[in-house]
Amino acid sequence: MSKEEKRGQWGSRSGFILAAIGSAVGLGNIWRFPYVAASNGGGAFLIPYLVALFTAGIPLLILEFAMGHKIRSSAPGVFAKLDRKYEAIGWFQTLIAFTIATYYVVIIGWSFSYLFFAFTSAWGADPKAFLFGEYLQLGEAPSTLSNLGTSLGGLNLKVAIPLLLVWAINYSVLRMGVKNGLEKANKIFMPLLVISLLVIVIRGVTLPGAMDGLNYFFSPDFSKLTDPKVWLAAYGQIFFSLSICFAIMYAYASYLPKKSDIVNNAFMTGLGNCSFSLISGIGVFSILGFMAQAQGVSVAEVSTAGVGLAFIVFPEAINQLPGMNGLIGGIFFVTLIFAGLSSSLSIMEAVVAAISDKFKLTRSQGLNRFTITSGLLSLLIATNGGLYVLDIVDYATNQYGIVIAGILELVILGWFFNLESVRTYVNELSDFKVGRWWILAIKGTSILLIIILALKIKGEITSPYEGYSWTALGVYGLGAITLITVGSFILAKKKGSKEFEGKIYEKPLNNKLELDLDLNN
Amino acid sequence: MSTGATIVAVCSLTLLWGGFAICLRIAMKDENK
Repeated sequence: MSKEEKRGQWGSRSGFILAAIGSAVGLGNIWRFPYVAASNGGGAFLIPYLVALFTAGIPLLILEFAMGHKIRSSAPGVFAKLDRKYEAIGWFQTLIAFTIATYYVVIIGWSFSYLFFAFTSAWGADPKAFLFGEYLQLGEAPSTLSNLGTSLGGLNLKVAIPLLLVWAINYSVLRMGVKNGLEKANKIFMPLLVISLLVIVIRGVTLPGAMDGLNYFFSPDFSKLTDPKVWLAAYGQIFFSLSICFAIMYAYASYLPKKSDIVNNAFMTGLGNCSFSLISGIGVFSILGFMAQAQGVSVAEVSTAGVGLAFIVFPEAINQLPGMNGLIGGIFFVTLIFAGLSSSLSIMEAVVAAISDKFKLTRSQGLNRFTITSGLLSLLIATNGGLYVLDIVDYATNQYGIVIAGILELVILGWFFNLESVRTYVNELSDFKVGRWWILAIKGTSILLIIILALKIKGEITSPYEGYSWTALGVYGLGAITLITVGSFILAKKKGSKEFEGKIYEKPLNNKLELDLDLNN
Repeated sequence: MSTGATIVAVCSLTLLWGGFAICLRIAMKDENK
């Protein structure tokens, strides 16, 4: 067995593409994109969205695929290979992935529960009360140091049991490795995801009132294009949607064979992800249109995003369907499950790859350690107060953690590294050649991210997230980011295996990517 | 659906799915080489 195969390698190009698209396509494509689009100009939003895809999303995918492919290591190895002092940035990204994995699985667990609830409409006539009351058993929000512990409450078995199932699925797949686990799972999940989403879309567009919803989603308000917030929303949506800047795509690309068309792979991943989002938007808004008509209200009044859309508004819509309520409801939650699993697998893989690449651990040992640590922590989210922790930590890791990680990555690679050598490297391997615009895109995105972060911080000071107390935001939000930062430095300082030291530390890049002259080994 | 919404829907679906299909076709040609 070659060294590459020992480490793991995709069995086929289609396997990698399905896995990369699967990583990018997640819950956010279904419950965030449609709302963001509709709230930011409807059809007109697609202009900045597509501009962002081609000027930021795909260029960053090309960059991360290239670095992972060339260096053949996960994020910490990639950054350490640039310069040993940058290794902590790779760990920062990896620990963000660890944090996200920890709570993302809980939401997939909710989806499993709701899959069963759908067949009996267990949520009743008031899905909101059901979600927060009977199911999550939500207590009071954390507000002071003294009630932080009590607001967590006790373990909620209704959440913990499906959570264990989700962990079992992820663990079993990852245990089987890249080719027999990740690749095979995505070859099953992704087609089933597309089919289940299409069922929802077909059901949705054939409902009375669907056209009102689709009008709301697609009607262009071109006046919004002069609003910088809309452009920032578009770039933000693309950035968060494509699984970039938090270690995943380095790991996935590191399993590619030497002869790989990097550019086409990046285009397929970006276009595949956004195509899926658009179809999701059609499904979501056709059903919201139906609901609005049934309730005699405007589409704007029922339009929402996130947990509320999936676990409150959609159950309300399912209640009102003219027939096959259980089946359609079940298929909707199956869609969430497949979208969630394909993403959770990738997030966990990023962490497992990092641990087993650097330390003297086999993949199984790395997976076991990760699963026990993250699994136990995820039980914290399966408590009465878990939703508050999830909400704040999710906000902090996405709106701050990933943005900071992106800034660090793009400043280093965009401004201190020989990007022209990366362009030469990818063009040598790819049928599509990228022009010099690609370098401008990387540098430009780094500046954009700095602007986004600055505006975010300014906004936060005047109006803290969701009205949570500064104590709660500080302990859970800032606390999570602090732990991630401290952890990054600790892990970077730890001694690596002889193989890692030899491959990464002892042979740093000379500020550029060299071409591989022999692509057949 | 309004005319504007229909145009946006058709154009965006064509661009995204069409673009994806073209990339896929190129990838499959490469695999068969």
